[in-house]
Amino acid sequence: MVNEYLAVFIFLVIALGFTVAGLVTAFLVRNSNPNAEKESTYECGEEPVGGAWIQFNMRYYLFAILFVIFDVEIIFLYPWAVVFKDLGLFAFVEMVLFLGILVLGLAYCWKKGHLRWE
Amino acid sequence: MIDNKLKDKDGFETMYLNMGPQHPSTHGVLRLGLVLDGEVIVSAEPDIGYLHRGMEKLAEHRTYQANIAMSDRFDYVTSMNNNFVVALAIEKLLGVEIPKRAHYLRILMAELNRVVNHILLFGFFAMDLGATTALIFGFREREEVLDLFESVTGARLTYNYFRVGGVARDLPEDFIQKTGAFIKLMRKRIKDYDDLVTNNVIFRDRSVGIGKISKEDILAYSLSGPVMRASGIKYDIRKDDTYSVYKEFDFNIPTREDGDCFDRYLLRMLELRESLKIIEQVLVKLEPGEIMAKVPKVIKPPAGEAYIRTESPKGELSVYLVSDGTVNPYRFHLRAPSFINLQILQKILPGVKVADVIAILGSIDIVLGEVDR
Amino acid sequence: MNVSYGLENIWLWFTALLEKLFGWFGLPYIFAYTIEKIIFAAALLAFISISVLFLIWMERKVSAHIQSRLGPMHVGGWHGWAQTIADMVKLLFKEDIIPAKADKWVHRIAPIVVFVPSLMAFLVIPFEKNLIGQDLNVGILLIFAFSSLAVLAIIMGGWASNNKYTLIGGIRSAAQMVSYEIPLVLSVLSVVMMVGSLKLNDIVEAQSRVWFVFSQPLAFMLYIIAGTAEVNRTPFDLPEAESEIVSGYNTEYSGLKYGFFMLSEFTNMLIVSLVAATVFMGGWLGPKWLPLPGIIWLLLKTYLIVFVLMWVRWTFPRLRVDRLMDFGWKILIPLAFINIFITGLFMVIFK
Repeated sequence: MVNEYLAVFIFLVIALGFTVAGLVTAFLVRNSNPNAEKESTYECGEEPVGGAWIQFNMRYYLFAILFVIFDVEIIFLYPWAVVFKDLGLFAFVEMVLFLGILVLGLAYCWKKGHLRWE
Repeated sequence: MIDNKLKDKDGFETMYLNMGPQHPSTHGVLRLGLVLDGEVIVSAEPDIGYLHRGMEKLAEHRTYQANIAMSDRFDYVTSMNNNFVVALAIEKLLGVEIPKRAHYLRILMAELNRVVNHILLFGFFAMDLGATTALIFGFREREEVLDLFESVTGARLTYNYFRVGGVARDLPEDFIQKTGAFIKLMRKRIKDYDDLVTNNVIFRDRSVGIGKISKEDILAYSLSGPVMRASGIKYDIRKDDTYSVYKEFDFNIPTREDGDCFDRYLLRMLELRESLKIIEQVLVKLEPGEIMAKVPKVIKPPAGEAYIRTESPKGELSVYLVSDGTVNPYRFHLRAPSFINLQILQKILPGVKVADVIAILGSIDIVLGEVDR
Repeated sequence: MNVSYGLENIWLWFTALLEKLFGWFGLPYIFAYTIEKIIFAAALLAFISISVLFLIWMERKVSAHIQSRLGPMHVGGWHGWAQTIADMVKLLFKEDIIPAKADKWVHRIAPIVVFVPSLMAFLVIPFEKNLIGQDLNVGILLIFAFSSLAVLAIIMGGWASNNKYTLIGGIRSAAQMVSYEIPLVLSVLSVVMMVGSLKLNDIVEAQSRVWFVFSQPLAFMLYIIAGTAEVNRTPFDLPEAESEIVSGYNTEYSGLKYGFFMLSEFTNMLIVSLVAATVFMGGWLGPKWLPLPGIIWLLLKTYLIVFVLMWVRWTFPRLRVDRLMDFGWKILIPLAFINIFITGLFMVIFK
């Protein structure tokens, strides 16, 4: 039989082809006469002061770390969920422990006030 | 002033962002120079003048009646109230008494216009918070009032309805009945407004506790109108320094205590109801009669000066008028409530987030036509 | 359902024919398979394009009627049905402006990166039992994987434009993704626990007695809320909050590149609704007494959810960014965990 994931590849090629073909068509049919005014950065009609590529304080660094932790954890959870029916109580207790640690961590973060956008 | 190399305590750079003049929600062409640290405002600097038309100077070269026409363009949302204050000032210079019916018609129009202004505030404020439907709802009711205005004055935005010594035209026959119907409709719609916006959880979340203005700041910055009353100062020129025949009417001055965006919004909704009450009373009291006093064709007030304060929907709208005895005023000064209310921004914006800037600006209710003049 | 009335019969007949044809020529199965998938992908693309054009038109009509307006009425005759086609043609012909200060290549690539994953996610959605791109055994996980890629493109576009508004939009989008990805994936987890498979067809068939929207109402609510956030729709449309940051991450885009951002927004909405219909509302299953093709049932359910999403969009104001994070981390994620815990508990007890 054929590897199922061949379909993913075929779809990827088709989707990419469709998108690129669209952009190429647009490139062929559209007109283009750029000038300095047109290409200037939009900032409500004023000359921008300083660029946008600065060391920007995005203020959710900690959220991002938490996100990574939880996202990895979800990857653990999915296989567990698939076979959960067959494993029963033992798997449940195990996962409760595993989740409990993580939730405890989240609760700690919450308590410490890190879950605030300051 | 503009220092992009500013760093906050963690060593992040700040960003200088022009919000406006070409921005979807700076209510015209206001420019706010914001220094941002992430999404938090470090400092804010309102920059005005993009709509400056030199109206105060222009007024010195226009006849008195022409100045009433020009006053339509100050705050183009509340033209009737602008007409009102200019007409009152000229009449004070002339010393004319105007007929009863003219008084009533003026108050009728001014209050209808207050309703329009507050409806628009409802729409725009909700729009600033991202609820687009409210805007359209607001415009739908505004349309009704504009139809009323159109039936009387022939215009929908710049009415030029007030005359020195009275008003331009009498009401059409079915006006009273139509206005009565509008009041009934409006009372129903206010309930809709409350359901859609006022009681919405997200709306409250976005506005309660945002942009608080203390009583001291109100007095220090001489803010007026709904912005002042939302902070708990009970002062309304219609009652406390009454003009025209407002003392004949029974209405309350709503106040709120917290002075945040939500209170400022809610106060307008309460005022809306009071205005409807006044309009109802006017409709009852209205009797047939003259609508113009006897005034000379060419208005030449004796040399002197007049200062008239009125309560426009945005705040204290006053005119200082100096006559040198010719057909043109010698000096025409406008105390524009939007302009003065705007100044508080610099004080309350630092520390809030970008999204709150828009909310605060919307709740203060400015019109750039009046700010820049 | 043993008897099938659906489109899948045509598709099965067609694939069988194709395989037989290739068999005659002695070609290996892989050729027939490839051709099948290409044809299916092309058909799917056509379906997606038409659906999205329809969705945009529908959005405008729904919003118009909510706001007591008429919406597009002229283009094409009947209720402006051709309006979005005209818009797309206009976008195709529009000049493409890349700001002089932008990172040109990232700026160019971003629309591709946003659009391709949103198409890819359709691969595993079963329109009918056999009318599916490929019933992969990772199923639902693949959809989440691809749909979370869109945020990458938004950050790319926002950053590459070298514009402060787009940057704020991109950053907000990342913040939003960080907070809402977890409840989104966790909400479906409880369903997976009950089914014991990630294949969407298995999930659909597990609902032949009762839909998961009834047995997992909390999960459904969480999914819809997090899904709305995932596709950047009001009240979670912070990345493109037009009243605050002009147009957010796509401020500097024009022409078809802007068009792809817009299209992907609607494709994503379609995916979220399709997945909701599949996972929680029984997918292609319909009542037995009304034999209609499964795809019709699926689309009915999907458009019901689409309509609700539109309704929400035109009713609510927008959340503020910090409240959004609060809501995600302090309400949705704990609720999602509680839901999983309860589901597990029930399953252990009532085994």
